[in-house]
Amino acid sequence: MRYLPLTGADRRAMLERIGAAEIDALFRDVPAEVYDKADPGLPGHQGEMEVERRLKAMAARNLSADAAPCFLGAGAYRHHVPAAVDAVIQRGEFLTAYTPYQPEVSQGTLQYLYEFQTQVALITGMEVANASMYDGATACAEAALMACRVTRRRRVVLSGGLHPHYRAVTASSARFQDVEVETLPPDPEAAEDLAACLDADTACVVVQNPGFFGHLRDLSALARACADAGALLVVAVAEPVSLGLVTPPGAMGADIVVAEGQPIGNALNFGGPGLGLFATRRRFVRQMPGRLCGETVDAEGRRGFVLTLSTREQHIRREKATSNICTNSGLCALAFSVHMALLGEEGFRRLAALNHARAVRTAERLEAVAGVRVLPGAFFNEFALRLPKPATAVVEALAARGVLGGVPAARFYPERAELADVMLVAATETVRDADIDRLAAALAEVTA
Amino acid sequence: MTLEQPLLFEQDTPGRCGVDLPEPAPVAERLGGLRRQGRIGLPGLSEPEVVRHYTRLSQQNYGIDTVFYPLGSCTMKHNPRLGEAMARLPGFADIHPFQPVATVPGALELIDTLADWLMRLTGLPAVAMSPAAGAQGELCGLMAIRAALEHRGDARKRVLVPESAHGTNPASAAMCGYAVDPVPANERGRVDLAALKAKLDDDVAALMLTNPNTCGLFEDQILDIARAVHDAGAFFYCDGANFNALVGRVRMADLGIDCMHINLHKTFSTPHGGGGPGAGPTVLSAALAPFAPLPRVVRGADGLRLVEHEAEADGHPFGRLKGFHGQFGVFVRALAYILSMGADGLRQVSGDAVLNANYLMVRLSEAMTPPFAGPCMHECLFDDRALKDTGVTTLDLAKALLDRGFHPMTMYFPLVVHGAMLIEPTETESRATLDAFADAVLDLVRQAKAGEAAMTQAPVGTHRRRLDETRAARQPVLRWQD
Repeated sequence: MRYLPLTGADRRAMLERIGAAEIDALFRDVPAEVYDKADPGLPGHQGEMEVERRLKAMAARNLSADAAPCFLGAGAYRHHVPAAVDAVIQRGEFLTAYTPYQPEVSQGTLQYLYEFQTQVALITGMEVANASMYDGATACAEAALMACRVTRRRRVVLSGGLHPHYRAVTASSARFQDVEVETLPPDPEAAEDLAACLDADTACVVVQNPGFFGHLRDLSALARACADAGALLVVAVAEPVSLGLVTPPGAMGADIVVAEGQPIGNALNFGGPGLGLFATRRRFVRQMPGRLCGETVDAEGRRGFVLTLSTREQHIRREKATSNICTNSGLCALAFSVHMALLGEEGFRRLAALNHARAVRTAERLEAVAGVRVLPGAFFNEFALRLPKPATAVVEALAARGVLGGVPAARFYPERAELADVMLVAATETVRDADIDRLAAALAEVTA
Repeated sequence: MTLEQPLLFEQDTPGRCGVDLPEPAPVAERLGGLRRQGRIGLPGLSEPEVVRHYTRLSQQNYGIDTVFYPLGSCTMKHNPRLGEAMARLPGFADIHPFQPVATVPGALELIDTLADWLMRLTGLPAVAMSPAAGAQGELCGLMAIRAALEHRGDARKRVLVPESAHGTNPASAAMCGYAVDPVPANERGRVDLAALKAKLDDDVAALMLTNPNTCGLFEDQILDIARAVHDAGAFFYCDGANFNALVGRVRMADLGIDCMHINLHKTFSTPHGGGGPGAGPTVLSAALAPFAPLPRVVRGADGLRLVEHEAEADGHPFGRLKGFHGQFGVFVRALAYILSMGADGLRQVSGDAVLNANYLMVRLSEAMTPPFAGPCMHECLFDDRALKDTGVTTLDLAKALLDRGFHPMTMYFPLVVHGAMLIEPTETESRATLDAFADAVLDLVRQAKAGEAAMTQAPVGTHRRRLDETRAARQPVLRWQD
């Protein structure tokens, strides 16, 4: 077996040294009635070639987004990832390292985390960021709980424009923590009045920008209303590429910014692993969840990096920790950081501008399809359509024509008849004019 | 030699860029006046500079690929590259979580196949696949327990956690709204059964127990423990971080446990990646299965279905733990490993892991002091009595190992042992490597006892020497600023 270096001779010699007759003897503390009793009915080991064949056959059953024009978003976005990103993250020194608890031999990991934290703080317009969470949805839930700790209040308001999975994960996290969650109805027209939901018990308002239905909003007035009410404003960003073109949450007065980092540097992977970004104000840093990397010096006075403020964390603080999170998304953070390093100021801005231009072009083409309406309002690279037919059937018909044309709102809100005709359409830099033409033509066909 | 490498931000050349993107076509902007103003502050670098930057940073790291990495409780075993290759197939990497489900039957097949292996290997009838890591798996299990208890109108308030447990256990219990009640260990390093029984009453929701425990020992009274827990009407949660010691030999259901998370990045060898991503699927008993979170892949008469909403689900899902459908990319790697090893290979994995740990225990016991008698399971534990009166601490010994080209063992954990050193060699290390490591540790202990070495200054040959962690915490500098 190719992953096991011990030979039969090794095992015999080692057992002799130990003074045991066989490996089974080392398991003598396991009660005999439960040791080696059940045959799991599972197949035996296989060579690489056989495993490859089996998994390739599974992969081939999926319609991959490189084989069809892809206009899917709703929280996961397909961007071109430069080849250098994957080359870097496959280096064994990054791929096969543990959490950098031994800083003398982990400066590579620690320095990239420090750079990552800086990049996240810069693009969100915030003062500090942590070393990552699992994904945008869990980061959102952690932000709501952090707001409760900071304000010592127990009520959380979730916008109807917040991603339904972020809403569900936040509600589930609050369920057993004595936190009241007010979830506003889904808001495809961006018409809700969040400031009106503030009261003296409100710990935070959580809003997404661009919203789940695509809308861009100026949150400055809401931020002021939150501050006046003693509540925090939490802003979720499901598409971080938007931050290259759009006013960042920090500049609008956000107290905590959470985001899904997958769109930068990371493939779709059917939605996982993701990369939770988490940024806030410096004065809240001791209430933050997750790992933080900080600068210091070594015994010779040279700059170096360590994990720090760990008295917030579970391995020190146990049941009084700010979160139970341990493993996070280190390698996805590296991919994000390498991609951001390649983009730089100029590339990041241009990538965002390209996305917006592709989306505007797509919206213009689809608006011209009879019976199709783009919901009004500003957007970045995603917008919502109202269709003359139920969106779920339309999306399936588009897929049958080889176009991944959009995500029906009913996928998330099947019980809401008023959303049955709503479809989300995202266009990134990967979308070509010919793809837009195909989508427009196919949409005209299936909605006729 | 490792080279100094400045921060990305110190290598900025305005106008330099590592990507070539086309000029956007002119369009009528629809940003509603929310165009970002001012410079963001990102540095400009070309691709060769970026690649050299990260290559040099990587050389400052120890990884499994470069050194023996016997971190107890972390299972740093070889990460097969087949998994990396398979996870990058476009049919896995380039599929969107919300494409029509009919276009991703292979993705559902992969999740279902992995789920089937996990259920058969543990003997439990259900598995929640979505938890993102071990700690979230713990939360998943506890939330299922709490939902099940509330469903039967039972408002229990406490969770029992041994003092030797991972910190995530009490933290997860607190996140689930439970008070944590510690359980002491006996003189053999196992749960004190009498003390446990004394704490079990109708207010206890669950016992969280790691087995093998964090002292590297099998809880040999586990059947009595399970009986006592169930007699009290509580659930038995097992922290599955150490399942790699038992896989293929012991089905956890047979031990009486009701749920357990499985760290795919430990037992099933997906890379740790410098701190993630991992995955923590959680196997559940029939009593807990109805409360499993969404989404679920369900096998029905007409094939596999993806259940994303409560109305379509059997039972009473307690909610949702994570966006999308779980750590799919990690599932691909884990299944590649599982299919490679097969049932027979996985049984050999636990056997060799336990053999390697016992071999190190015997070799190191020549000069080191184990607090508890063996045999151990997949990891061996020592205390610091061997270093008594030498002026050398566990920390010093660990740091001195860095200079010998080894990653140290886990230090000062579990908390129940003074100056603990927890060593987990894993099954992917050769006897020669184990001997080299044992020789190095024994030599360091000898030097400490002889007062020869200036170990308190170690390491000296690494890219950085000991770092000032107090300063980092007192004056936190958490980002670059010009």
